[in-house]
Amino acid sequence: MIKISLLFLPILIPFIASIIIKALGGNKKLRELTIIVAPFVTLLSVIKLYSLDYGVKLVLFEIMPNLEIAFSIEPLGLLFATIISVLWIIASLYSIGYMNAHKEPRQDNFFFFFTIAITIAIATSLADNLFTLFIFYELLTISTYPLVTHKADPESKKSGRIYLIILLGSSLLLFLPALIYTYYLTNDLTFISGGIFTDAYANGDIGNLGIGLLLALFIFGVAKAAIMPLHSWLPAAMVAPTPVSALLHAVAVVKVGVFTIIKIIIYIFGTELLFKTSSTEWLIYLSGFTIITASIIALKQDNLKRLLAYSTISQLSYIIIGVAMINSSAIVGSILHLTAHATSKITLFFAAGIIYTSTGFTRISQMRGIGHKMKLTMICFTVGSLSMIGIPMFGGFVSKWYIVSGALSISNWFVISVITISTLLNTAYFIPIIYKSFSQGQSAVSYKKVPNSMLLATIASACLTVIIFLFPEFFIEVAKNVI
Amino acid sequence: MQFEHLPATQILIPLIGAILILVSRKNIVIWATASLLTLLTFINSILLYKQVSVDGVISYAMGGWEPPIGIEYRIDSVNSILIVLVSFMALLVAVYARKSVEVEIVAEKRPVFYAMYLLCLTGLLGILATGDAFNAFVFLEISSLATYVMIAMGKDKRSLIASYQYLIMGTIGATFYVIGIGLIFIMTGSLNLNDISEQINSMNTIRPILASLAFITVGISLKLALFPLHSWLPNAYAYAPSVATAFLASTATKVAVYLLIRYFFDVYGYNIVFEDYWLSMLLIILSIAAMIGASLVAIFQNNIKKMFAYSSIAQMGYITLGIAIANHSGLVGSLVHIINHALIKGTIFMAIGCFVMKLNSTTIEDFSGIGKKMPLTMTAFTIASLSLIGIPGTVGFISKWYIITGAIEKGWWWLVISIALSSLLALIYVGRIIEIAWFQESKTKENTVTLSREMIGVTLIASITTLYFGLNTELTVDLAKIAADSLLPGILR
Repeated sequence: MIKISLLFLPILIPFIASIIIKALGGNKKLRELTIIVAPFVTLLSVIKLYSLDYGVKLVLFEIMPNLEIAFSIEPLGLLFATIISVLWIIASLYSIGYMNAHKEPRQDNFFFFFTIAITIAIATSLADNLFTLFIFYELLTISTYPLVTHKADPESKKSGRIYLIILLGSSLLLFLPALIYTYYLTNDLTFISGGIFTDAYANGDIGNLGIGLLLALFIFGVAKAAIMPLHSWLPAAMVAPTPVSALLHAVAVVKVGVFTIIKIIIYIFGTELLFKTSSTEWLIYLSGFTIITASIIALKQDNLKRLLAYSTISQLSYIIIGVAMINSSAIVGSILHLTAHATSKITLFFAAGIIYTSTGFTRISQMRGIGHKMKLTMICFTVGSLSMIGIPMFGGFVSKWYIVSGALSISNWFVISVITISTLLNTAYFIPIIYKSFSQGQSAVSYKKVPNSMLLATIASACLTVIIFLFPEFFIEVAKNVI
Repeated sequence: MQFEHLPATQILIPLIGAILILVSRKNIVIWATASLLTLLTFINSILLYKQVSVDGVISYAMGGWEPPIGIEYRIDSVNSILIVLVSFMALLVAVYARKSVEVEIVAEKRPVFYAMYLLCLTGLLGILATGDAFNAFVFLEISSLATYVMIAMGKDKRSLIASYQYLIMGTIGATFYVIGIGLIFIMTGSLNLNDISEQINSMNTIRPILASLAFITVGISLKLALFPLHSWLPNAYAYAPSVATAFLASTATKVAVYLLIRYFFDVYGYNIVFEDYWLSMLLIILSIAAMIGASLVAIFQNNIKKMFAYSSIAQMGYITLGIAIANHSGLVGSLVHIINHALIKGTIFMAIGCFVMKLNSTTIEDFSGIGKKMPLTMTAFTIASLSLIGIPGTVGFISKWYIITGAIEKGWWWLVISIALSSLLALIYVGRIIEIAWFQESKTKENTVTLSREMIGVTLIASITTLYFGLNTELTVDLAKIAADSLLPGILR
C-alpha cells in the first residue's frame, strides 16, 4: 500500500507547493524558497518511482464501471515525468529571475497557476488510462489559460480566447466523442501494450475505415500536438511571459499533446493493428506537410518568439511522423526527440528571454551584434539551434538519426526527403540569427544587467542538450521498453 | 423504523408551512421558519427515499381511499430521488434567501413571498409524488400560480409583463394537459396512472389515446420550455427576484420533464410512444434546435440572467434529447442531467443573485473585475460554469457522456456532433463572463450592501456538490440506472 501511494507523491508535492505559494501571498522570500525547493522534492519522488514495478496502479475514483481516475507507471510516462520535473527545476530558477527583472505584477498568482500546470502535466504522464489522461489534458488547458492572459491587455485576452477555443473546442468536438466511442466498443480505456481494439476488430465491430476515422478524430482532437491546421493556438500563446512559453509551450503543454498521441497509437490502437490496417499513412503525409509548412512560415518571422513557436510546431510533427511510421527504430527516435526537443527548445526560449530582459529586443532584425556583449547567452542559443538542426554533439542529432534510419529501413522516401528539406530550412532560419548577433556594426544599445539565475538556467539546459547526445543509452533503453 | 405517512407529510409540511408563515411579519422569523420547514421537508424526503430503496415501490392511499378510485401517491425509484433533489434545492435556496429577499422585496410583501415559495415547493413535490393524473394537474396549477406571484414580485417593472406572459402560456399548457387527461378518462374511465397504463396496454382502439398523448406532450412541453414553446422562460427568469429564479431554474422545469418521462415510459409505455418513429424524431429535432439555437442566442445576450435563461433552454434540450433517444444510456443520461442541471443552475443563479446584490446590475459589462472582489462566489460560479460546458471532473460531463453513448448506440453520429457543438457554444458564452469577471479591471461602483455569510456559503456548497457528483457517481448514475431499468421494457435494458 505504501508503495502504491508513492505513485501519488509526484502529483501531490507540486499541488501542495502551489497551495503554499497561494497561501503565502505577498511573502516573497518564502515563496521563492518554495518555488526552488518544490521541483527538487518532486524530482526525488519521481526518481523513487523507478524502484516500483511497471503496472503498479493507484485508483482514485471509479466514475463508471471500468472507467476510473487512476495512475500507474509505464516506461514512457515515467520518462516524461522525469523530463518535466528536471526541466521544472531549471525553469523555476529562470522564472524567479525573469519575474523579478521585469517587476511583473501578481507574481503569486503567476507562480500558483504555473505550479498547478506542472502538477497537471505530471498527472497526465502517470495516467493509467485514456480517460484519466483526457481529464488532465483538459485541466491543463484551463490552468494555463490564466498564464497566457497574465498581461491582461487586449492582445493577451484575444490570444487567450484563441487558446481556449481551439484547445477545448477540438477536444470536446473530436477527442471526447472518439473517447466515448472507444469505450463503447471496447468497454475499456486502459493503456495496454498491444492496444485494446484486438477483440473489437476481430469481432468485426470496427473495420479498417473505422479504425482510420477514429485515429483521425483522436489526432485532430489532441490539438496540443499542434498538427496543422490546428496549430494557430501556439503562436497566439506566445503573448505569455517567456518562462511560460519556455516551460509550458515548448515543453509541458505541447509535449502532453504528442505524449497523448504516442500513448494512443501504441497503447490504445496498438502498433500491430495500425500496421495491419495501414491507418497511419495519411498521418505521415499530414505531419510531413506540417513540418515543411511550419518551417517555411518560421523563415519569414521577425519576432523571435514567434519564430520559435513555428519551429516548435514543425519539431512536434517530427515526433508524430516517427510514431506514424510504425517502425521500432522510428518510434525510438520519436521518444528521444520528445526529450531532445524539450531541452533544446527550452534553451532557445531562455536565451530569447534573456535578450528581451537585457535589451528589450523581441525582433531578430534588432539583434545585430548583440553576441559580443552577451556571449554566454548567444553560445547557449547556438547550442539550442544546432541541436534543432540536428548537428552531432547535440541531442537533436541522435533523435533525427533514429527517425531517419527508421524511414530508411522501410524505404519511406517521403519522410527522408521531408526531413532533409526541413533540416535545410532549419539551418536557413537559425543560422542567420546567430550570424547576425555575432557580426559587427550594431547600433547603440544599453544592456541591462540580467539576474545570474536566468543565465545559470540557460547554461544548464544547454548542457542537458549535450548530455543527451553523449549518453543516449538511458533514453533508448526506455524507448525500447515501450515497444 | 417505519413511518407510514411519509408520502403525505412530504407535501403537507410545506403546504401547512405556507399558511403558518403568514403569521409573522419579522423578516428573520419568516426566514428561519421557511428554512426550518424546508429542512424538515428535506429530512422527510431522505426518509422516504430510504424507505423506497429498502421496500421498493410505496403505494399510499390518500385519506384511506383505495386506488384506483381514491388518489394514490406512488413513490418509486424514479421519483424518490427527484423528491430528494427538489427538497435539497429548496433547502439551499431557502437558507440563501434571507438577505436577498430583504434587498429585493419590499417589507410588506416578504411573508407572501415566502408563502408562495413554500406553496410552489408543495406543488412541485405533489407532481412528483402523486400517481394520479388529475391530482398532478392540480399540483401543476398550484406550483404555477405560486410561480406567477413570485415572478411578479421582481424589482423591475418588467417582471409584471413577464409574469403575465408566463400566466398566459402556462394556462395554455395546463389546458392542453387537461384535455389530454379528459381523452384518457373517456377511454379508460380512470385517472390513476398505474391503472391507465394497464388499460392502455390491453386496448384495441388506440387513436384517441394517441390524441391524448399529443395533447399531454404539448402541455408538458410548454411547462418544461421545450423549444419552440420556451418564449415565457427568458423574461420570467430575468425579471423574477433572484431567489425565485434560483429556485425555479433548478426545480420547476425538471419536475415538468419528470412528468413527461412518467407519461412516456410508464403510462403510455415505450411501445406506443416510440414505436412510431415520428415522435422521437420530432423531439430530437426540437431538442437539437434548443441545444444549438438557444446557446447561440445566449452568446449574444447582455443581461446575465437572460443569458443563463437561454442556457437553461439549451440544457433542457439535452434532457429531452436523452428521452427521445429512448435507450438505456440515453435515459440514464437524461435522468442524471436532471439532477446535474438542477445543481448547476442553482449554483449559477445563486451566485448571480450575490453579484446582482453587490452591483445592482445584470448587465454583463458591469461584471468586470468581480472575481477579485468576490473571489469565493466567483469561484463557485466558475466551477458551475465548467460543469455546464461539461468539463470532465464535473457533473455536466457524466450526463453528457451517457447521452453521447446513447446516441452512439443508435449509430446517430450527427447527434454526437450536435451535442459536442452545443458544448462548444456553452464554452463561448460562459467564457465571455469568466474572462470579464476574472481578467478585467473593475469599472463599476459597487453597492455598500454586504452579503451575508450564508449566501456565499450555500452557493459554495452547491458548487462543491457539482464537483462531488462529478467524481462520485454512485448516487446519481447508479440510481438513474435503476430508474431507467424500471422505465424501459425488458428488451432495452
